[in-house]
Amino acid sequence: MPDQITPTPGTLERGRPLTDAELLRRADWIRLQTIDLIAQAGLGHYSSTFSAAELVSALYYHALRLRPSEPDWPDRDRFLLGKGHVATGLWPVLADLGYYPKDWLKQFGKVGSPLNDHPNMKVARGIDFSSGSLGHNLSVGAGMAIAARISGRDYRTFVLTGDGELQEGQVWEAAMAASHYKLGNLVAIVDANGFSGAGPTSDAINIEPLAKRFEAFGWTAREIDGHDAATLKKTFDELPDPASEEPVVIIARTHKGHGVEFMEKAPQAWHLGLLNEEQYKDVVAEITARMELANG
Amino acid sequence: MAEKKMVDVFSDVERETAMIANPAGYAVTELGAEDERIVTLAADMSNTVAEFIAKFPERYIEVGIAETNSVSLAAGLASAGLVPYIYSMSPFGMLKTCEQWRTDVDYNHLPVRLVGRLSGVAMGYFGTSHYAVEDIAIARTMNNTVVLSPADAASCVSLMRSTASLEVPVYIRIAEAAPKVYDEAPEYEYGKWPRLRSGGDVTLIGHGMGVGLAAQAAELLFETGSVEADVFDAAYLRPFDEAALLQSAEKTGRVLTVEEHSVVGGLAAIVAETVARAGLSVKLDQVALPNQDLEAGVPADLYEYYGLTPAHVAKKALNLARR
Repeated sequence: MPDQITPTPGTLERGRPLTDAELLRRADWIRLQTIDLIAQAGLGHYSSTFSAAELVSALYYHALRLRPSEPDWPDRDRFLLGKGHVATGLWPVLADLGYYPKDWLKQFGKVGSPLNDHPNMKVARGIDFSSGSLGHNLSVGAGMAIAARISGRDYRTFVLTGDGELQEGQVWEAAMAASHYKLGNLVAIVDANGFSGAGPTSDAINIEPLAKRFEAFGWTAREIDGHDAATLKKTFDELPDPASEEPVVIIARTHKGHGVEFMEKAPQAWHLGLLNEEQYKDVVAEITARMELANG
Repeated sequence: MAEKKMVDVFSDVERETAMIANPAGYAVTELGAEDERIVTLAADMSNTVAEFIAKFPERYIEVGIAETNSVSLAAGLASAGLVPYIYSMSPFGMLKTCEQWRTDVDYNHLPVRLVGRLSGVAMGYFGTSHYAVEDIAIARTMNNTVVLSPADAASCVSLMRSTASLEVPVYIRIAEAAPKVYDEAPEYEYGKWPRLRSGGDVTLIGHGMGVGLAAQAAELLFETGSVEADVFDAAYLRPFDEAALLQSAEKTGRVLTVEEHSVVGGLAAIVAETVARAGLSVKLDQVALPNQDLEAGVPADLYEYYGLTPAHVAKKALNLARR
C-alpha cells in the first residue's frame, strides 16, 4: 500500500537522546535527500538548505516536542520555516518521522503534489504554517506564542529565518511585539549564512551587529556555531522555560553550502541551481565518504 | 445653507450611541461574550473596541501602528484555534496588508476577520493617503475571503453575527456615512442580496452607503417620475447574489450600481462581468468614485462633488431608464 505510513508512535519529547555523530549524520542525509529531490524537480535551493541542515537535524531529532501520529496536537512545539525556500530539506525528515508516506517524495515538484519548493500547511501534514513570503513568519510565530499564553499551553514556537530575511521591516514589527508581550515561549533562529539570493547579505543592506540589534529590541541573544552538534544540542537544551519573559534569538553562524566543498567556495552560484551529472556524483561521493567515516 | 464640517468619527464610544456610531465594535463585544475563541487586535484603533477591551482585557492584543504585523500575527492566532477580529483604518487594512492577507490568511483558509473602519473617502480632508477606494477590488480577488459591505449600523451587526461562525476569512468594510436603511436588523442569508423594493423599470444595486442612496433615489423616482425600481442591498460582494442580479437585469434591462468605491473593480465590475458572462444585453451605468486623482475635502462635500447623493443617483437612474 503506497499510502501506508507508520508515524513514529507516541510523543517525541524535548531533549531526546541523539549523539553528536548521529546529528551530523542526519544532517548529511538531509543533504543527500535534497540533491535527489532537486534533481527530480530540475531546480532548487542547495546552499541555503545545506547551511540549515544541522539546525533542522537538531530540531527534529532532538529539540522539538512532537507527535507525528497527531500532527495537529495542540501541545506540540511549532516550527515555522521563515526561509521557506529550504523546505526541500524538511520533506525527507517529515517523511522519515511518518507524517506522510515516503512515496510522496517521488511526486516532489509535480502538479498536485503536496510537497514543493516552499511549504504549504494546507496540503502537507507536519507543516505548522505556510511560508515563502519572507518576513511574515516571525509575526505568525508571535501570534502562536500569544495564543499559547491565552490558552495556557506550554508549547514553544520556533521560527527559522534567513539573515537576508531580516531586511524585511515586518520582522522588526514582530520583534517589537514579541518582547512587548514577554514571549519567552518564542524562539527565533537566524540561519546567518551571510548570503542572500543576489550576494552577501550585508553588502546589500548591513544587518549587523545582529545580537545587539535583537538585544535592543528586548530579546535574549545566543550566538553560536550553527554546524556544531554539541553546541546546537546544548543551546536548545538550555532554552529558558517557555513561561519566561524574554523571547530568545539563536543567531546560528553558518556557511552557505556547508558540507559540499565546491559549494562552500561558491555559495552564491549554488543559491539556486541544478547539479550536472558529474557534480552530482562528486557531491554524493563527498557526503557518503564523510558519513561512512562517521560510522567508523 | 450650513457650512459642512468634518464629523468626529474617531471618538465614537458614547455608551448610548455606541451601537449606532460604532456597530462593529458593539457587535464584536456581543459575539465575544458568546464565543471565547474571539480575540480582537487593533493598530492604534483601540477606541473602536473599547467596550470589548473593558469586558475581555485578556483577549485584546494591541499591535501598535504595525498593520502588516497585525495580519500575520492574527493568522498565527487563528492557526492555534482562536478567531481574531482585526480593527484597522481601511487605507491601512486591506490595502496596506493585502499580501499578508493573501499569503497568511486567505491561502491558509484561516478564520481571521478584518474590520475596515473609515472606508471610502470617510477621512475626507485628511487627504487621499487616508482614502480606501480600491479595497474591494483587491479583496474580491482573494480565493477564500468573504467580502461584506454593511448598509448601515443594524446591517453591520446582523452581518457580523451571521458570519461569526464561518471558518473562512472575512473582510468587513465599514462606511461611516451610511444613512439608516433598516429599522431592525435584516436577516442576511449567506451570499444573498436582500431586495428593498420591487420594480420593473430599472435595477439599483448598492453596497455600504450606496444602499441608502439607492433606496432614497428609488423613492424619488417613484414620486416624481413614476419609475419603478428594483433595489438590492449588495451586502455580500464575495460571494455575491448572481441569481438575484441576473433575474433583475433580465427583467429591467438596466442596472445602475451605487458605491463609495472606485468605479474599477468593485460592484460596478461585478455587475458588468456577470451580465456579460451570462450573455445578457443590459444597459449599465455607475455612481462611483472615478479612476483618477481624487479631491480632498469634508466628506459631505465630497459626496456631493462625486454624485453620491440621492438626487444624483435618481437622475442617473432616470436617464438609464429612458435610454
